[in-house]
Amino acid sequence: MNSPLLFTVLLCLTLFSYWYGMKRSLKVAGGNEHKKNLTCLPQQFGLLTAMVCGLPALMTLLIFNSAEQLVIEQLFTTTLSANIQSLSSIDLGLYLNNIHSLASSEASKTLLTNINSSNELAMQEQYKAASTLQALKQQARWLKTALVLVIACVSVIVLIKKFSLTFPARQKSETIIRGLLVASSAIAILTTLGIILSVLFESIHFFKSVPISDFMFGTQWSPQAAMRTDQVGGSGSFGAIPLFAGTLLITFIAMLLAVPIGLMIAIYLSQYASAKLRAFAKPMLEVLAGIPTVVYGFFAALTVAPVIRNVGESLGLSVASESALAAGLVMGTMIIPFVSSLSEDAISAVPNALKEASLGMGATQSETVIKVLLPAALPGIVGAILLAVSRAIGETMIVVMAAGMAANLTANPLDSVTTVTVQIVTLLTGDQEFDSPKTLAAFALGLMLFITTLGLNVLALKVVRKYREQYD
Amino acid sequence: MKNLDIKQVELTETVGNIYADSAKMSIRNADVYYGSKQAIHNVSLDLAKNQVTALIGPSGCGKSTFLRCLNRMNDTIDICNITGEFTLDNQDIYAKNLDPVLLRARVGMVFQKPNPFPKSIYDNVAYGARIHGLTNNKAELDEVVETSLQKAGLFNEVKDRLKDPGTGLSGGQQQRLCIARTIAVSPEIILMDEPASALDPIATAIIEELIDELKEKYTIAIVTHSMQQAARVSQHTAYFHLGKLVEMGKTEDIFTHPKHKLTENYITGRFG
Repeated sequence: MNSPLLFTVLLCLTLFSYWYGMKRSLKVAGGNEHKKNLTCLPQQFGLLTAMVCGLPALMTLLIFNSAEQLVIEQLFTTTLSANIQSLSSIDLGLYLNNIHSLASSEASKTLLTNINSSNELAMQEQYKAASTLQALKQQARWLKTALVLVIACVSVIVLIKKFSLTFPARQKSETIIRGLLVASSAIAILTTLGIILSVLFESIHFFKSVPISDFMFGTQWSPQAAMRTDQVGGSGSFGAIPLFAGTLLITFIAMLLAVPIGLMIAIYLSQYASAKLRAFAKPMLEVLAGIPTVVYGFFAALTVAPVIRNVGESLGLSVASESALAAGLVMGTMIIPFVSSLSEDAISAVPNALKEASLGMGATQSETVIKVLLPAALPGIVGAILLAVSRAIGETMIVVMAAGMAANLTANPLDSVTTVTVQIVTLLTGDQEFDSPKTLAAFALGLMLFITTLGLNVLALKVVRKYREQYD
Repeated sequence: MKNLDIKQVELTETVGNIYADSAKMSIRNADVYYGSKQAIHNVSLDLAKNQVTALIGPSGCGKSTFLRCLNRMNDTIDICNITGEFTLDNQDIYAKNLDPVLLRARVGMVFQKPNPFPKSIYDNVAYGARIHGLTNNKAELDEVVETSLQKAGLFNEVKDRLKDPGTGLSGGQQQRLCIARTIAVSPEIILMDEPASALDPIATAIIEELIDELKEKYTIAIVTHSMQQAARVSQHTAYFHLGKLVEMGKTEDIFTHPKHKLTENYITGRFG
C-alpha cells in the first residue's frame, strides 16, 4: 500500500475502533441498560480506543516515512559493486540519480527483460541495480503497511483487555488530549527555532567572508562578488546601515500617516458613528487591506510619486523620481486599516461602565475618550501599531516600485532609498550561486531584520507595561 | 429657559402623594421608549430637596431607566426616546439649549457595580475636578480630593496609599471611592443605581450610613432592590411596576399602610 491509501485505511480503522470501544465498554457493563455501572461514559471509552488506535500508528507512519529514504539509500549503496562505491561523491550521486530515475520510470518486468537483452556490460549492471532498488522499495512498502496495521490493531486489543467497570477512560483520554495540545505548541516554537537557526548558520557563513563589523557599521552597500579572481570591480562592500536607515525612514513616514489617521478612525467608529454607518464603513476600510501590494506599488510609482515631484518642484525642492516619501505615504495608506480595525476592537472592549462613569460626571465625549478609553485600551492600540510596524518593515513590493534600489544613506524623504527586504529580493532572484557572499548577505540581512523587529517588540511591551491602565 | 407650572397634573395611575413641599427636581408625564418598546408609562414625581427618595420595584420595572433619564445618561443610547417634562430647579433639563455635560456635573451618578477608573485613588477623585477646572493649583486639588474622600468616609483607610490604583481596593471601598469621585464635582443631586447590590452586608451598612449623612448637603435618589434598605435610608418611596409608578409617599406610610394592592403584595414579599 502507498502512504495515502495506508493513511485512509488507518483513518477508517480509527473510526471503527471508536465504535468498537463503545461496544466493548457496553459489553463490560452488561448491556445498554446497565451503562450507569461504568465510571465513564461509553463515548469516552470509544474516544480513548480511537486515539490509542490512531496515534501510535500514525506516529510510526510518520517516522517510517522520514527514515525510509535514508535507510534504503544506505542499503542500496552496499549492494553496488566495489568500483562504483569508490567513485567520488559527486559521481556517485550522479550514478545513483540515474538508477533512481530508471527504477521509477520502468516497470519491473521491462527492467528484467532489459538486463538480458542489453549487450553492454555497464548497461546491464545499471538495469540490475535499478531492479534491486525496486525490490528494496517494494519490501519497505510491505514492511510499512504491516507495521502500521499491526501496531494499530495490537494497541487496541491490549487496551480493550484492560476494560473494566472502573477503567478511567475519561482521565486517560484527557491526558492524551493534553499531550496533543502541548505537542502542537511545541511545533510552533520548534518551527521558529528552526527558522532562526537556519538563518543564523547561513549568516555565520557570510560573516566568514565579510567581517561582522563591516556589515553592521559600514555605510556603503554595493553587493558584488567576483566571478573570477581577476575581475575588475569584483569586490563589493556590504555595509547594511543605508538599508536599515532606508527601512526606518520609510516605516517612519508610513506610521506618521497611518497611526494618527487610523486612531482617529477607530475613535470615530467606536464612539461617534451610528451602528448603521459602522456596519458599512468597517468592511469598506478593510478592503484597503485587501488590495494587493503590487497595485499599491504602481499607484505609488505612477500617481503619487509624480504628484510629489511636481509639488516639490513648484516649491523649488529637488525631488528624486523615486522618493521615500511616495513609498512611505502609500505604505501608510495600506496599513491604516490594520491600525484602525484593531484599535477599534481595543477601544470597544473597554467596559461600558468606565465610559458611563466618566460621562456621568459631566465629562464630554472627547474628554472621556482621551482620559479614560484610550489609556484603558493602550495595550491593544500598541499591539495594533506594532503589527502595523512589522507589516511596514516587511513590505517589499511598494518600495521596489516607488522608492527604488539606490542604497543612499540619507534622512531626506525626497531622496530615493532602498530597504532591507528589497535588497534581500534582489540578492536572491535570478541565477545565483548559494555560496558567494552576495547571496549569503541576504541571510545576514534577514537575521538583522529579525533582531530589529524582535527588539522593537520587546521595547513596545515594556512601554505598555509601564503605562497601561488595567481594568478588570 | 422656560419655567413650568408643575403642580397641575392629572393623576390617573398613581396613588399616594407624588408632590414634595420643596422639590429639587420634578418629573411630569414621562414616557420612555426603547425603539418601539415602551419602558416607562406616564410617570410623574418630585424629588424632595435634601432628602432621600427610594425607587423600588421588581426587576425590569423601569426604575433604573427612569433614574438614567434624570441626568440624561440615556442620551448615550441611540434607540432611547424620552418625552415628558423634567425640571431641575424649575429649569427644563431636556431644553435644546441645555448642555447635558453641565447637567451631569450638577446631577451626579453612582452605578450598580463599582466602576473606578484604572487610575490611582487620587486621580479617580481628582478626575471630575480636573475636567471641570474647579481648582487653580495643586494645593486646592489636594484639598478637594481629601474632603471628598472624607465625606465618603474613605479617607482614613486610603490616606497612605493615594497613589495606589483604585481598582485594588475592596468592593465596598471601591463604591465609596466612586461616591467620593461624584462628590468631588460638587453636584446638587446624586443618583444611585443599586449602589450596594454588589456589596456584602458590612460594606452595605457603611454605604447606607453614608447616604444618611450625604442628604444634609445633597438631594438623593436611590434605586434599590432591598426593601429594608429603602426603609432604612429614604424619606420618600416610589413603587414602580411594569414601567408605571404605582404608588408614592412618605416611606413610613408606604411600608406601614400601603394603599395599592400591588405595593402591599410587593413589600410583604408575596412577589418580586
